[in-house]
Amino acid sequence: MRAGKHNLRAQVRALTDHAATVLAVFATLVVVTPLVAIFIYLIYKGASSLNLAFFTQIPKPPGEVGGGMANAIVGSGVLLGIASLIGVPIGIGGGIFLAEFGRGTKLANAVRFTADVLNGVPSIVMGLAIYSLVVYQQKHFSAFSGGLALGIMMIPTITRTTEEMLLMVPHAVREAALGLGVPNWRSVLSITLKTASPGIITGCMLAFARVAGETAPLMFTAFGNSNWSMNPNEAIAALPLQIYVYAISPYDEWHRMAWAGALVLIVLIVLAVSLVRYVTSRGVLKGAS
Amino acid sequence: MPEIRISQAQFQPEPPKNGGERPAGTAAPEPSAIRKFLLSRGNSAVADRGFHLLMVLCALSIFGIVALIATELMLSSQMAWDKFGFDFFFKAFIDPDTRLPMYWDPVNGHFSALPFIYGTLVSSFLALLLAVPLAIGVAVFLTEMCPQALRGPLAFLTELLAAIPSVIYGLWAVFVLVPLLREYVNPGLIKGLGWTGLFSDDNPTGLGFLSAGVILAIMILPIISSLTREVMSAVPHSQREAVLALGATRWEMIRMGVLRNARIGIVGAVILGLGRALGETMAVTMVIGNSPEIHHSVLANGSSMAAVIANEFAEASGDLHRSALIEIALALFIVTILVNALARVLVWAVTRGAPARVN
Repeated sequence: MRAGKHNLRAQVRALTDHAATVLAVFATLVVVTPLVAIFIYLIYKGASSLNLAFFTQIPKPPGEVGGGMANAIVGSGVLLGIASLIGVPIGIGGGIFLAEFGRGTKLANAVRFTADVLNGVPSIVMGLAIYSLVVYQQKHFSAFSGGLALGIMMIPTITRTTEEMLLMVPHAVREAALGLGVPNWRSVLSITLKTASPGIITGCMLAFARVAGETAPLMFTAFGNSNWSMNPNEAIAALPLQIYVYAISPYDEWHRMAWAGALVLIVLIVLAVSLVRYVTSRGVLKGAS
Repeated sequence: MPEIRISQAQFQPEPPKNGGERPAGTAAPEPSAIRKFLLSRGNSAVADRGFHLLMVLCALSIFGIVALIATELMLSSQMAWDKFGFDFFFKAFIDPDTRLPMYWDPVNGHFSALPFIYGTLVSSFLALLLAVPLAIGVAVFLTEMCPQALRGPLAFLTELLAAIPSVIYGLWAVFVLVPLLREYVNPGLIKGLGWTGLFSDDNPTGLGFLSAGVILAIMILPIISSLTREVMSAVPHSQREAVLALGATRWEMIRMGVLRNARIGIVGAVILGLGRALGETMAVTMVIGNSPEIHHSVLANGSSMAAVIANEFAEASGDLHRSALIEIALALFIVTILVNALARVLVWAVTRGAPARVN
């Protein structure tokens, strides 16, 4: 009797163990399924709509067949360029402060915490703040304001990754530089920063990939434009914005274009992310991320 | 002995020594070669100080951004705040003729954030309900059960899920997920669970809170599971070994040795996911239906705080309308700041001083 009870208990425990394993595998499958489904759909729907015109022409009015998103692709490029000009230097500077000057100080802890919290602020809030700051004052939408919104969103990510990468540079490297009589600023810029550069580039690419797909902050800043424009002082088209406008439109032709645009966007982002993984796995700071 | 100062301290020319070893009146000797070299490189103390200052400014800009967002939103929402005060978030205007609440009526200038707060809470809650068990399952599988060879690719796949832009999730949801729910899932829910009143059948579009919740769940899964993975890896191996040595099965080891130790961090990860869900805009806007109403049924159309801003701001009918939308954004900003701060504190409490992450 006693032995039987014991046996039953062991069986229940073994069964629970198996059930937990099955559930965990099941959960993983459930999570991987939508990813695979999204990619299959994107490739299936997008590839059939992609053609040369997509990359060379501007959108046609509703109802007409053809046209492309050339202006949106270029517009996204302009916006991301402005964003990188703003976000990358400030972000790296913040990271240098955290790792080189402020290590262990209260100010550095506060900056780190605020950066993490800022990372979670919804992008649409960022868009509205830039709207009231720039667009409302200027009375017109502009590529500059869109780039500013995206650039600000890049800063916290870049600051945190730069700091993490700089912390991995051994102290001996810094001491060697200083011992040779190199001024501190030169030592930071051309020795420490250079040693950590693969990791820092990774961080910048990740921030870049993240803002490349952002739509919400551009809705009231860059606004979108159905014609060619590269003027930073005018409304400009952007790939994610165009996808959104086409996706909620009632025209089949535009839905087709939305899928094609989504495929182009996701290919660009996946390329960036994979490149980052490749660089970090082979770079100087192997195992850095 | 020649004095050589390098870089750190400002180079100062030696003060003329009167009555010292050198007799007054004779010309100062030529500076040494090293000193000449250093002088020719310029004065690094100024550059160093400037560089330090510049980096501090970059770091302070992060505070600046938060302050900037807060002040801009406050200034621009002044008009709605003056008109409605706190009632904006709690009360609705009751139409005197029909006795029905008018939540959001831009034509007559009645604004209340109530339906949007409700929509945000319902869709985020549904998302957490679906995502948390799955995310913890994935994290358990990846850290404790998965064969080494599968671990890297699977972790990369879940990371990819986080890299997909929100608008593409929305696109997929509109054309794949919503029809799927409409044809197969919703009829089942209505038939099986209709008696609860939460799944009533009056919305033929398939859009609504449930669709928004499902797509949100897919979107916040990666962040919850990757953070859960991180806090689980931070649990020392000796804990696992100790529980196993007592004769526990693998699941008992995970439950008692790992999950229990990591629970604060997991709660932090879940709250961080909640923060994402609260502010998620594009995908929700595309599938929630965008009607400013409060329904008990999760299959009904609704709207969320972020969705109403995305949907109406560009064609807002007037300054008061715009101001009311910005006030919603301000509320969203404050709530997400608080939620994220809480989550960070919880995650830090666990991972601080943890061993290096083992992948």
